[in-house]
Amino acid sequence: MNLPAWLPALHDLPGLPLAGQLINLCAAIMLLLAFAMLAQRRIVTLINLFALQGAVLCLSTAIVALSTGQSHLWGSALLTLLLKVILLPWILHRLVHKLSVKWDVETLFNIPTTMLVGIGLVIIAFNVAQPISEFAGTITRSTIGIALACVMLAFLMMITRSKAVPQVVGFMSMENGLFFAATSATYGMPMVIELGVALDVLVGMVIFGVFFFQIREKFDSLDIRHLEEKTKQE
Amino acid sequence: MTIYAFATQLLTQLLELVIALALAPLLSGWVAVCRARLQKRCPPPPLLPYHTLLKLFRKDVLLAHNASSLFRVAPYIIFSCMALASAIVPTLSTELLFAPAADAIALVGLFALARVFIALAGMDVGTAFGSLGARREMLIGFLAEPALLMVFFTASIISGSTSLATIVGTLAHHEFVIYPSLAFAGVAFTMVSLAENGRVPVDNPSTHLELTMIHEAMILEYSGRHLALIEWAASLKLFAYSCLGIALFFPFGVAESTGPGALAVAGVFLVGKLAFGGFVLALIETLNAKMRVFRTPEFLGTAFLLAVLAILVHLLLEGGR
Amino acid sequence: MSPLALILLCLASWLAIGLIGAFFSRQFVLVARILFPLGALVGISVALAALSAIFTGNETAMLPLGLPGLPFHLRLDALSAFFLFLLGAVAAGISIYAAGYFRRGQGSTPGLQCLLYHLFLASMGGVLLADDAYFFMVAWESMALSSYFLVTSDHRIAEIRRAGFLYLIVAHVGAIGILLSFGAMTGGTGDYTFDGIRTNAPEGWLASAALLLALGGFGAKAGLLPLHVWLPEAHPAAPSPVSAMMSGVMLKTAIYGLLRVTFDLLPEQQWWWGALLLGLGLATALFGVVFSTVQSDMKRLLAYSSIENIGLIFAGIGLSLVFAANSMPLLAALALTAALYHCLNHAFFKSLLFLATGSVLHATGQRNLGRLGGLIHRMPWVAWLALLGVVASAGLPPLNGFVSEWLLLQSFLFTPQLPHGYLNMLLPVAAGAIALIAALAGFAMVKFFGVVFLGQPREEHLAKAHDAGRMERLGLIWLATGCVLLGVLPNFVIAALDPVTQLLVGAGFAQVSASGNWLLLAPISEERASYSGAIFLGGLLAFTLALFLVVRTVFHGRLRRADAWDCGFPLLSGRTQDTAEGFGQPIRQVFAPFFRITREHPSPFDKEPHYRIVVEDPLWHWLYLPLAWLVDLGTRVVGKLQQGRIAIYLLYSFVTLLALLVFTTR
Repeated sequence: MNLPAWLPALHDLPGLPLAGQLINLCAAIMLLLAFAMLAQRRIVTLINLFALQGAVLCLSTAIVALSTGQSHLWGSALLTLLLKVILLPWILHRLVHKLSVKWDVETLFNIPTTMLVGIGLVIIAFNVAQPISEFAGTITRSTIGIALACVMLAFLMMITRSKAVPQVVGFMSMENGLFFAATSATYGMPMVIELGVALDVLVGMVIFGVFFFQIREKFDSLDIRHLEEKTKQE
Repeated sequence: MTIYAFATQLLTQLLELVIALALAPLLSGWVAVCRARLQKRCPPPPLLPYHTLLKLFRKDVLLAHNASSLFRVAPYIIFSCMALASAIVPTLSTELLFAPAADAIALVGLFALARVFIALAGMDVGTAFGSLGARREMLIGFLAEPALLMVFFTASIISGSTSLATIVGTLAHHEFVIYPSLAFAGVAFTMVSLAENGRVPVDNPSTHLELTMIHEAMILEYSGRHLALIEWAASLKLFAYSCLGIALFFPFGVAESTGPGALAVAGVFLVGKLAFGGFVLALIETLNAKMRVFRTPEFLGTAFLLAVLAILVHLLLEGGR
Repeated sequence: MSPLALILLCLASWLAIGLIGAFFSRQFVLVARILFPLGALVGISVALAALSAIFTGNETAMLPLGLPGLPFHLRLDALSAFFLFLLGAVAAGISIYAAGYFRRGQGSTPGLQCLLYHLFLASMGGVLLADDAYFFMVAWESMALSSYFLVTSDHRIAEIRRAGFLYLIVAHVGAIGILLSFGAMTGGTGDYTFDGIRTNAPEGWLASAALLLALGGFGAKAGLLPLHVWLPEAHPAAPSPVSAMMSGVMLKTAIYGLLRVTFDLLPEQQWWWGALLLGLGLATALFGVVFSTVQSDMKRLLAYSSIENIGLIFAGIGLSLVFAANSMPLLAALALTAALYHCLNHAFFKSLLFLATGSVLHATGQRNLGRLGGLIHRMPWVAWLALLGVVASAGLPPLNGFVSEWLLLQSFLFTPQLPHGYLNMLLPVAAGAIALIAALAGFAMVKFFGVVFLGQPREEHLAKAHDAGRMERLGLIWLATGCVLLGVLPNFVIAALDPVTQLLVGAGFAQVSASGNWLLLAPISEERASYSGAIFLGGLLAFTLALFLVVRTVFHGRLRRADAWDCGFPLLSGRTQDTAEGFGQPIRQVFAPFFRITREHPSPFDKEPHYRIVVEDPLWHWLYLPLAWLVDLGTRVVGKLQQGRIAIYLLYSFVTLLALLVFTTR
């Protein structure tokens, strides 16, 4: 029978250069990790997942740097490695240890529902990113959708969590997503901005750290809901 | 189709079936050995499942007074379903006689048919444990089935076909391409097959505590040759799932012809991959603790969503087809 | 004789049979043993005539009945022939069964039942043949009324009267929707023949309005969410052959109506209609199947399962609309084939299951799953035939339910080709939902069969249950054979569906069966997807048989009977097994937000521990009760007009007259 023209032929798979394939793989792993973080109950595992996401980000930046010869990307890959894979997880682990908050984090909604909302966000992100990626001329443009999805998922994680540490992790994972978007859309932001953002995140982390201790002293818990009650009283 | 092609396809088909029937208990035995080694226990002999089967076949069947004819027919039907399933999966070659009769969706249906019969058999005698096992099995079934189907869908959208032979042929015989979507699907498939085969995070095949049983609770009333058939069918199911995993995610080495040389090479590949897969399964079982029954919806729901993500990632990254 | 004439003759003979039955109302033997089997023969001839009409094509006629200047127009095209075939084939089985089913002294007199039943059949035939809106509505309404009286045949029970009333209300609200939809489609030309509607069909928002009205109207009849509430009430209330007829055939007339409006009468389809139908269908299916798993009344369970199947059919139609609107006729035909095939399958397996519950009801007097069990020992015929229906209904190979689900999933597989970003990403998720629904249907069916037929009898009197009679068995076998044949020989069905899809979307799959292997179903090409129910069934049976013989000859066939093991628990009784509620418990837990659950737990100190759980439909509380309250409020306001004094009524008439005079003479 006559097959319609739009039906693709069998045994004919589209090829991509190896670097593109690897970057796509990294993007997929980023997304997988974003979902894993969304569904993770334990704080320590959450921090490890965050570190892993940073490592994947670093790897993909390095691959882009290698394949396109954009030398400044090496700098940002190094920055990612130092800051997001080593320094921040280390600070977080210390914080968790000092605050002795190794308890299970509880989620506001049940996990399958959260994941289902996550899938919805991914669909929206992919479709929103479609026109942007058509403009971009990079080999990594198809990953813009994934980067956007990572940002949204991190945002969702901040919304659904009620404990302070996971919220901060969500915040930083959002930054990971932004960074990835920048790399894939335009081969990274200028170095100055990147350094500035990195510094911001670091300073933010320090402030959050001080803040955690203050909350804990005041309420004996890191649950954000106590703060909400406080503001209502005032 | 010429007579010659027909005959070779038939022979390949029979060969594959015989290999599945013969090797399936060994795979279960191998997993048990690996598991014992990893847990620093003294391993059972790897051929133990064969002895067990033989012993059970020789024993009399002890049938409950209340057992109906359905109870007696069910083991045969379940065994046939599993045997057909392992005949459909292209483990050695993609040129199988029976392959056009059932595609990936029909394979899922075949597993579901076996599940329905084993659940009904569990309810037949009317014991508390039997129906407890039956409803838990159906719970896992309705969660695992869509996830499995979505995994197949990912592979089908990539290769443009639901026929297992075409899928494996497409994935195995092209230049090396990394499919991020298949990575997602692979994780989902692993989760589903753990649940479907009653493996550790979901069920424990070596449990002795009735209240935590799923698969074992349903077959408590079976004995003799009936039990032997069901045990054999369970190991066939594990074999079929392992072969499916291999065929979808590590298809290199599957023969596309029916020549004896190609088949021999494919056989060697298959045994090696199965041994490795069994080890990985034992590793997973050792590293994880069994979860509460009501955590399984979360577990399998995650598998389902991963499979859906696999499709989405394919549509985005690999351009869709 | 042309097929149309033959079918008309058959419809007339159904009416005649009904009238004879009503006339000899007290002659039980005549009505039950002669008239109902005659009706079955008529059904078979309807099916045969319709089958030939599918291929011969269009035929029209005009009946000199109806209003002056507005005669009844009739048309027999492929679409109506397909549904007539469904009506005839299923009605044959149900009529034979009904011959053995109706007993003396139960409900209305058999003669009245006979009249209403055959009127019901004939009016459904009328709906399918109608070629103008007027005759369509006449037939539609007589179908609704006759089925209403059939539902309430045990009218002495208050619950049944209530169920019937609810059915009547929803049916009429739906009828208003259909009427308004026809009004919108004629667009003020006043030409109510379907030909007239086709030539000056509206476009733009008016077409969409007509579609939405029709969707509401036909959806109410089919049990689409949120208009499904009558279905789980009316099906258990009706006698089993009537439930089977309503679920198997009447729901399909609504599908027919919707197909007629969307694909035939309205010239241009919008993609969002399809998306809407798909979404509604999936929601309905999921809702129906989740509720069917937690029911403890066997007919309610089946009724919810009908809602599920209707949802799947709507989803198929929706997908077909999406493809058709994006001008992909081949895929539209694939999805439509799946939907139509599922109509046929559902008609067969659901009426089989409803009839099986009828036999159980007769043998035990129980509909409550908590009081049944172990019937496979007492009723082997019904049990094994019901098992076929269960396997078909759970969508398992090699029976018919699987084929249509397979086709539906195949058509979902091509959705990434759609030139629409959100749709082509959402539709694979929808395919996942369909898989979930099919798997849940398996759960519901295992519960149904396991609790009714397996295990130990939960009541003592179940030991006295008797198997179905000869006529009943014949009816069940007829339907079960249909399930097997439809599953094993899909290519013939698809070839017969080709003229229908050609008519509606302009593509079909006739060549699939014409060329190549008749055993192998491969709609697009064999390399892309193929399935063969026949090889599947043959392989399974052959292997099972061979296995049995091998085990017997190599080892032995020794068997001893003993007490059940049950891990050494000695006090095994019908009460120690799982209840129907217990079996549904995982679903209640996983899908808790779907339900409105009220539960009473016993405390450890209760002398007589009491456990009660009621699972209700939340829509009833969120939608229907507020609506009823609003209607009540409205009527109370209007009720103020009702004073009971003649002078006041005269005043109303006078004021109306004055007002009319003033307005009209201005």
